[in-house]
Amino acid sequence: MQPIVQPGMQPVATTFFFYFLSGLTLLSGVLVITRKSPVHSALALIFGLLTQAGLYLMLYAPFVAGVQIILYAGGIMVLFLFVIMLVNLERSQKEEQFNKQWLIGLLAAIALGALFIIVYVKGKSFFPVGIPQPIESNNTQQIGVMLYGQYMFAFEIASLLLLVAIIGAVVMAKKRI
Amino acid sequence: MLDYITSYLGSNTTPGQAGNVFWALVYIMVVFGGISVAVMAMNWLERKALAHFQIRLGPMRVGPHGLLQPIADAIKLMTKEDIIPSEADKFVFWIAPLIILCASFAVYIVVPFGPTHAITDLNIGILFMLGVSSLSVLGVVMAGWASNSHYPLIGALRSSAQMVSYEVAMGMAVVSAILMTSLHGLGAYGVGTGTSGTGTLSMIGIVQAQYEQQVWFLFKFFPLGFIAFGIFAIAMVAETNRAPFDLPEAESELTAGFHTEYSGLRWSLFMLGEYAAMIAVSSIAVTLWLGGWYRPFANALTGDTWDLVFSLFPGFTFLALAVIAFVGVVRMPKHPYFRVQTIGLAGFGIVLGLIGLILFAPPVRDRIQDIFWFVAKVAGFMYLYIWYRATFPRYRFDQLMKVGWKVLLPIGIGVLILTAILGVVL
Amino acid sequence: MTEHTITDPKTPDAKTSKATKYVSHLELGEPDKTFLDSNELIINMGPQHPATHGVLRVILKLDGEQVLGTECVIGYLHRGVEKIAENRTYTMFNPYVDRMDYVAAVSNGLGYCEAVEKLLNIEAPPRAKYIRVILTELNRLASHQLWLGTHALDIGAMTPLFYTFRDREEILKIFEKYCGARLTTHAFRIGGCQYETYEGFERDVIKFLDFVPPKIDEYEELLTTNRIWLERTKNVGVISKADAIALGVTGPVLRASGVKWDLRKAQPYAAYSDFDFEIPIGQNGDTYDRYSVRMEEMRQSLRIIRQAVEKIPEGPIMAKVPKVMKPPVGEIYHSIEAPKGELGYFIVSDGSTQPYRVRVRPPSFVNLQALDIMVRGALVADVIAVIGTLDIVLGEVDR
Repeated sequence: MQPIVQPGMQPVATTFFFYFLSGLTLLSGVLVITRKSPVHSALALIFGLLTQAGLYLMLYAPFVAGVQIILYAGGIMVLFLFVIMLVNLERSQKEEQFNKQWLIGLLAAIALGALFIIVYVKGKSFFPVGIPQPIESNNTQQIGVMLYGQYMFAFEIASLLLLVAIIGAVVMAKKRI
Repeated sequence: MLDYITSYLGSNTTPGQAGNVFWALVYIMVVFGGISVAVMAMNWLERKALAHFQIRLGPMRVGPHGLLQPIADAIKLMTKEDIIPSEADKFVFWIAPLIILCASFAVYIVVPFGPTHAITDLNIGILFMLGVSSLSVLGVVMAGWASNSHYPLIGALRSSAQMVSYEVAMGMAVVSAILMTSLHGLGAYGVGTGTSGTGTLSMIGIVQAQYEQQVWFLFKFFPLGFIAFGIFAIAMVAETNRAPFDLPEAESELTAGFHTEYSGLRWSLFMLGEYAAMIAVSSIAVTLWLGGWYRPFANALTGDTWDLVFSLFPGFTFLALAVIAFVGVVRMPKHPYFRVQTIGLAGFGIVLGLIGLILFAPPVRDRIQDIFWFVAKVAGFMYLYIWYRATFPRYRFDQLMKVGWKVLLPIGIGVLILTAILGVVL
Repeated sequence: MTEHTITDPKTPDAKTSKATKYVSHLELGEPDKTFLDSNELIINMGPQHPATHGVLRVILKLDGEQVLGTECVIGYLHRGVEKIAENRTYTMFNPYVDRMDYVAAVSNGLGYCEAVEKLLNIEAPPRAKYIRVILTELNRLASHQLWLGTHALDIGAMTPLFYTFRDREEILKIFEKYCGARLTTHAFRIGGCQYETYEGFERDVIKFLDFVPPKIDEYEELLTTNRIWLERTKNVGVISKADAIALGVTGPVLRASGVKWDLRKAQPYAAYSDFDFEIPIGQNGDTYDRYSVRMEEMRQSLRIIRQAVEKIPEGPIMAKVPKVMKPPVGEIYHSIEAPKGELGYFIVSDGSTQPYRVRVRPPSFVNLQALDIMVRGALVADVIAVIGTLDIVLGEVDR
């Protein structure tokens, strides 16, 4: 699967960056679950999201990368941090990271991982091959066209859902300033 | 290797687009150095301008007219004791100013100082700038939390709530400017055709769209562009926690702000990040509404003579600054204690004059045009920031949020809808 | 030989040590509440704080950001002035009164001297009265200028402070030329004034009268119609007419609530009945009205000074006062309209050279009691604005 290279844009050191970014994402994932303090876990998650945005960039989807940074890392994670910090003022909340059933958990994770690998190896023919990559500079345009054309109904439903959520939050918190 | 370096010199794209790592690094160094110098100059200018607004003089002793004051401040802050609260979370305490600093400085890779004078031109340029500058909210929240006391935490939460609210209003204003890039017509009301009419998010593309449509977006669909610019101008002041929206960091309020527990170099990193963020959002405003790097009347007054006239501006600006410096030299007190300062100021004036003379030379003159006009417009915004701080009282926090959500946001949405309607109709 | 017991400060003896932690009445009901248990929070503002004008400690009970109750803890500047008065002769006590309201020291002296003159049943000659009026009105201007600068600074506009201090500087220059001191002037004596006006006094005052009105217009232009100023001051710290009268609040605070009561018109003293001026009053009793009332008072003071300087009579400046002052047995209460409100002196004389009791009724002390009512239900940022608008000076509150 060769990515289409556009005139004027030269990919630089693709392989290195792929392994680098994927490694950082995996590292941050591990850090999320192994840190004692919830704030450190949230920070590691933010880092993972940023590296993931880098991976999106490598897939020639800059709009998705930008939106990932704005919404996920800059919005949702800020909310997570607010909640963690407001609820968690006593420092004694550092928890034990690994519980007593870690052996069974490890076995279950290995089983699931083996299942994934078998499905991928045996079922390669089911995965679509060679999706033509959209032109990078049109990523925003393509998403816009699809969102407001083909998937207009889903878009409106989603925005209604968000509106209901906002109103609900405001109504619930309204009795104080 | 040498081929690699010289192969870029003839191209007409930014180093990032050309994929030339060497020149990209050179540009990054230049921009980083430039912004650092700009931040120090801004520090000096703020103290002097604020003082002159308040009928006093400001720093006068450290260097002639206080010109070396920022250096003295930097040395003082670096040599201060680094106090970390004992119960503070050390990692988060350490990383919070770094996040703000990196977020504020990372946006400069897309800031266009000229058609090829940018580090790179991402085709999601404006989205990138808004997104990365919203990461500084994380730094603020973490700084408040890591200080392990109520008041910085409350101040940090208030500050971040303010920043997030005004990002929404900023976004509305930015979207209406982006809408204008996709219009076909020329001039303020889009008569005739002449432009490609492709909308774009890239910073260089937005400025090019203003050139093709032969109007600054400030005047497009007047007064809609103007109102959108006004919304952005107010929101950007609130975004950077500056007066009149600086309640979270005001001294006379109860919660002394998220950077209370920081001392010395760490605190200076916050200030550095704040000034860099100010310059960054001003760059966004200049790019989106004020025509970026184009000189005034780029389409109305064309021709070689007008080009020549406008290209003399940088040189004359520096010569005017040199003249002001020499006037200062003449007015220095004639006392042996002031001899060093007088000589220093005279030297500074000579340097400014030489720079002005160099800027008159034709090869330099043509290349420096774009950068000069861009920087001049951003400098105007910086002065406005200082002017606001000197003049306005402070908004109370609930009034601040009310302005952000109930005034700016509805007006922003209204402007957006009207721009879209006019764009389709006209 | 008396026995000294030295108490180790680390382990004070339970019987002899009387020091206990100050517990505010706001938290007496619920001593175990912590930050997270409810939304209510008791926090402490001061006594060292960049906003409070002096060493005032305010304990606030907050619900989130709203104020549920306040308690002012004062006494950090108590110097025992009234007790000192019992051990000084009447003339010796005169310099002490300046130190109470140190921002506007001349009025304190005026009140005291007039009170003692009433006790002694003497009257200052007309020229002395006119000089007193001029200096007192200049002093009112100086006090209001300082109030304006610090009030604007509390609300966030940092520039007017420097401008008002520049104007105040001009007034202090006149004071210095007249009596040698800028702040604690000791300008008047019992029976009149000691110093004749210096050569060029009228010229200086008239130059000042021409210099100041454009400046006051400048401050009004900066603040009065400013949207942010209006939002911070309108309907903030409202006190109704009935509450103001019930609490005994006086001065611009009372007049802003709509009560037309000014001692210069109601009980004229020291030649005020010769002058033509108006008393500005407000309607709502909010911070904006107090601001408008004080700005207008500044203009009316300029009017009074102009009339006084034009009509100043010639004559002696000191009445016939006995060398050793032994007022007859009796008591007197005399009050004047100081810039901050009604400043009263209650002097009890037992026939000797030293007063038996001097009780000062400071306007700031009584006005400060209105803080609680004004601030109920407002936000924390308003507390500071309201303290500024009450115009208190801790030297006067604590004495």
